[in-house]
Amino acid sequence: MSEKVIELVIKRQADQNSEPFEEKFKIPYRTNMNVISALMEIRRNPVNANGETTTAVAWDASCLEEVCGACSMIINGKPRQSCTALIDQLEQPIKLEPMNTFPVLRDLTIDRSRMFDSLKRVKAWVPIDGTYDLGPGPRMPEAKRQWAYELSKCMTCGVCLEACPNVNSKSEFIGPAALSQVRLFNAHPTGGMHKAERLETLMDGEGGLSNCGNSQNCVQACPKGIPLTTSIAALNRETSLQSFKNFFGTDHTA
Amino acid sequence: MSTNREFFYRKLHSLLGVIPVGAFLIVHLTVNYFAVRGPEAYNQASHFMENLPFRYFLEITLIFLPLIFHAVYGLYIAFQAKHNTSTYSYFRNWMFRLQRITGVIVLIFVAWHVWETRIAAALGAEVNFDMMAEIVSNPFALILYIIGITATTFHFANGLWSFAITWGITVSPRSQQIATYATMAIFVALTFVGIRSILAFVG
Ligand code: SF4
Ligand code: FES
Repeated sequence: MSEKVIELVIKRQADQNSEPFEEKFKIPYRTNMNVISALMEIRRNPVNANGETTTAVAWDASCLEEVCGACSMIINGKPRQSCTALIDQLEQPIKLEPMNTFPVLRDLTIDRSRMFDSLKRVKAWVPIDGTYDLGPGPRMPEAKRQWAYELSKCMTCGVCLEACPNVNSKSEFIGPAALSQVRLFNAHPTGGMHKAERLETLMDGEGGLSNCGNSQNCVQACPKGIPLTTSIAALNRETSLQSFKNFFGTDHTA
Repeated sequence: MSTNREFFYRKLHSLLGVIPVGAFLIVHLTVNYFAVRGPEAYNQASHFMENLPFRYFLEITLIFLPLIFHAVYGLYIAFQAKHNTSTYSYFRNWMFRLQRITGVIVLIFVAWHVWETRIAAALGAEVNFDMMAEIVSNPFALILYIIGITATTFHFANGLWSFAITWGITVSPRSQQIATYATMAIFVALTFVGIRSILAFVG
């Protein structure tokens, strides 16, 4: 029994509609493990801490270098990416839970569709499709490009939505990630041609920008250090001006 | 034009909390402070307020209607949140939670306070120094008043902080930080004014 083990407590559920339960696992320690490799070990040998054979734990991952966001889960109480959660830096037993702000599909896998729907809703892209070549767009100043690069690091991981007290089943709030993307694409010289349209999407439907209650958890939680609250405040300024423009201003909104 | 009024309601909620409700709060607390100068001064000041021209019009448009909208829509906002200060015990998250808790306290306090003073006045009672002195001669009522006043000044001061963000006045983290200091100074100052005044009615 001198062999080192890693203890994990995993919150599991069989499918979307079943009740969650906790299961304990003890797996042999290896150096340089992360939460993903621990989960792989369970998949290789799905036996729980009581020695009973069980189903393998389901989880999601893709890039394994904290750029895709797919592997996000709650690790010891905090939402983060499991691929960069190193076992040596975690207190044991390591508690893993799904980010249940999102629909839980099975065990640790969640459905982040709402985030992608939000990106579609705000047109988080630069529309250039057309029937003829539009030629090169205007250039972006280097300093602005460097600033925009920081905003572009968002990997739609959902950690900021998980941390936000206003994103829950009682509210329609779109959440910080998509809001910050509006600021990013509005700052782009070509993307900015659809600026008013994006702002109005945030002002129109249910759960837009104004649902933010300024708890500012998102900016603390974002693994990419995206200045989410600055984006939100900047958009508040722009939508305030846009609404004055719409009401008092001219007959075009662009 | 949008068909959804949420953006408008939220902005209106934020605006009304400051103008006119917040502005009225400052006037109210200032008038109360006359109590520190004695019953005479207080009665004179409150009679001046009572005898303002267009009193009912001013009361309804500058106080009651905005206050009722702010309270009702505020309750809706407050109960939408799912608090998580145990996981994210950050300062601003606590302020977010306290803003909602104090909002509910203020609503109950103001309803009670209006019932005891304004409604009583409408039913014939005279609002003066003695009326307040009698109310707070009950130590329980005095404690409730102190809690109510503190909750109100907090809700107003912290509301100013989020007002500045909601309207896009403070955008940079630095300006928001300084707004935190400024609004907390306002909280301390107004709480001092409010509590000093209420204590002036005690013996
Ligand atoms: S803003 Fe940050 S926390 Fe939110 S989804 Fe993007 S990377 Fe994740
Ligand atoms: S697997 Fe892509 S962020 Fe972890």
